[in-house]
Amino acid sequence: MKIIVLVKEVPDTYGDRKLSLETGIADRAASEAVLDEIGERSLEVALSFADENPKTDVVVMSMSPESSKATIVKALAMGAASAVHIVDDTLSGADLGLTAEALAAAISRAGFDLVIAGNQSTDGTGGVIPAMVAELLEVPQLTALRSVTIEPDSVGGVRVSDNATLTVSSRLPAVISVTESLPDARFANFKGILAAKKKPYEMISLAELGVQPDNANSARSIMVAVSEAPPRAGGVKIVDQGDAGEKIAEFLIANRVA
Amino acid sequence: MSEFAEDSIVVLAEVTPSGELARNMAALIGAASLVGTPVVLVVTPPGAGADVARAAAQVGAAHVLVAESAEVTTLLSVPAADALAAAAELVQPDAILVSNSIEGRDAAARFAARTRSALCVDAIGVARDDEGVLASHSVYGGTYEVTSTATFGAPVITVRQGAIEARASAVAAPVIRSLEVAASGRRAASIDSIEEETQSATTRPELRGAGKVVSGGRGLGSKEKFELVDQLADVLGAAVGASRAAVDAGYVPQSYQVGQTGVSVSPQLYVALGISGAIQHRAGMQTAKTIVAINRDEDAPIFEIADFGVVGDVFTVVPQLIAALRSRA
Ligand SMILES: Cc1cc2nc3c(=O)[nH]c(=O)nc-3n(C[C@H](O)[C@H](O)[C@H](O)COP(=O)(O)OP(=O)(O)OC[C@H]3O[C@@H](n4cnc5c(N)ncnc54)[C@H](O)[C@@H]3O)c2cc1C
Ligand SMILES: Cc1cc2nc3c(=O)[nH]c(=O)nc-3n(C[C@H](O)[C@H](O)[C@H](O)COP(=O)(O)OP(=O)(O)OC[C@H]3O[C@@H](n4cnc5c(N)ncnc54)[C@H](O)[C@@H]3O)c2cc1C
Repeated sequence: MKIIVLVKEVPDTYGDRKLSLETGIADRAASEAVLDEIGERSLEVALSFADENPKTDVVVMSMSPESSKATIVKALAMGAASAVHIVDDTLSGADLGLTAEALAAAISRAGFDLVIAGNQSTDGTGGVIPAMVAELLEVPQLTALRSVTIEPDSVGGVRVSDNATLTVSSRLPAVISVTESLPDARFANFKGILAAKKKPYEMISLAELGVQPDNANSARSIMVAVSEAPPRAGGVKIVDQGDAGEKIAEFLIANRVA
Repeated sequence: MSEFAEDSIVVLAEVTPSGELARNMAALIGAASLVGTPVVLVVTPPGAGADVARAAAQVGAAHVLVAESAEVTTLLSVPAADALAAAAELVQPDAILVSNSIEGRDAAARFAARTRSALCVDAIGVARDDEGVLASHSVYGGTYEVTSTATFGAPVITVRQGAIEARASAVAAPVIRSLEVAASGRRAASIDSIEEETQSATTRPELRGAGKVVSGGRGLGSKEKFELVDQLADVLGAAVGASRAAVDAGYVPQSYQVGQTGVSVSPQLYVALGISGAIQHRAGMQTAKTIVAINRDEDAPIFEIADFGVVGDVFTVVPQLIAALRSRA
């Protein structure tokens, strides 16, 4: 079985994240870049299946600037067999539609039985790429899975929906997305880190994929204004002297939020 | 001339598994009414459409398109996406609004990818200028506000639940008609079972869009002791939230999680109990109007954004707070 795991490089959420007020595009220099945690969990789903099923080919795929190679190699160190990296200067500030078109084209080109994505990235937080990619690939999507069962010709799981919990399934090929209820990823060990350097790593451009950023048939979403909210300041801080409960009550009443 | 207004906005109504109009549709139709004439698309199992259509008119749908299909309860997303495609074709709207919920996002994503429409997600507001409909977004935990729109054509906008205050007035004589949907033939995942969440017996407000939220963190220590959060919430008439650590520890279900990878809230009052205030938690609550925090650790980062912070033990401070609020009620 061939599993493609979609991973994204994101600014570390533990740091300050900045947007350029001129372009509205993430200021990548402002914070450290990491492999998105949800992408690591997605990879873990694939790797634990591969542990039990040795004929599994796990490919990681990402669309990101060239500089994120080090981050993607980390996924190889964790155990993926090869990487496909879509790199193209015209992708800077790509919207959801273009992101989905590029990913879908690269997935078709590579061939797949199963695509595993995160339910939502921590930077864009769109939560739509998996279903968009499924639509473009003309395969079913099973999103927001809190548990996953992969069989040789099918995939299923429990999906946390809005007011309900669904059990869903599909024959392969299919696209799934997983939630953070799935286990943390394994660590890359020393052997994995060494092996990663020798694993196949392919960089492809949009032209090779036949995807056009500006295309009269595809409307794009564009940012027309960006502004920074004033930072929030702290207020009063007291140490409980035995009457803090009373004090909070007074504060709430004075502010008409009791 | 088309039977639909020039400024039509197609709204995909969300229907619960038991066939009722989802409660948050008043806000979604309210949002549409700010920028045009709401034309509400209702996709239900056979026989359920008329009731949902009437419920939609109650919250402002002047025009309702009803697409009934037995597949809506057996196949994921594709029936809704197919119906959206048919509605957009018929109405030629200026924008398509969908709830930024799990089901809403999937349907919007499929529709936008299929029709190559611009997709603007997680809007907290909508507006109109000379060129069309715009969406505003709160990015990176409320640090930035971004406005987006489509380069051409009608944008597909998913609207954050609980973010819109506008409500449209009830429509006494709505135009309700059925919509012919050509199946796309796309393969879809099958829904093998549905377990609908029973609406809890309490009158506690929903977390999304709540005016007040009381959240508990790892500092509560156990599922049993998390009760304290519920008690304070009930005295204040607040919704209950939690940190990811509290969710991971099993004190509450994942749906309670506030933050980066949970729900984003913007209430009048947010009370954080035994929560350190990690940046990912703050990302989901720092736009609250007033923040109160109780934490044993005087250096907890939550105090950096709290309007009123108490360095103290939740198990002594909160019972006293509850008693004080009760005695003044
Ligand atoms: C104001 C703003 C500024 C932005 N600036 C940037 C920017 O500078 N750089 C940037 O890359 N994006 C940026 N984005 C997001 C970008 O425009 C695309 O929307 C993004 O690549 C995909 O959206 P998402 O992260 O919301 O995906 P989601 O739908 O939330 O992602 C779900 C899953 O899809 C997969 N996935 C998504 N994107 C990729 C990818 N690129 N490669 C591999 N797998 C993927 C992952 O498995 C992910 O877990 C910005 C978004 C906004 C709102
Ligand atoms: C990609 C990613 C996404 C994330 N998304 C989220 C998210 O959406 N939401 C979220 O919340 N977190 C999220 N996190 C996790 C986040 O980093 C923190 O780990 C988490 O918020 C900590 O929860 P906490 O404050 O309850 O626990 P802790 O950080 O352990 O804090 C517990 C606090 O309770 C206090 N305390 C203990 N006992 C008492 C007492 N008796 N009285 C008063 N105070 C007491 C302690 O002093 C401490 O400050 C995410 C992390 C990552 C990497």
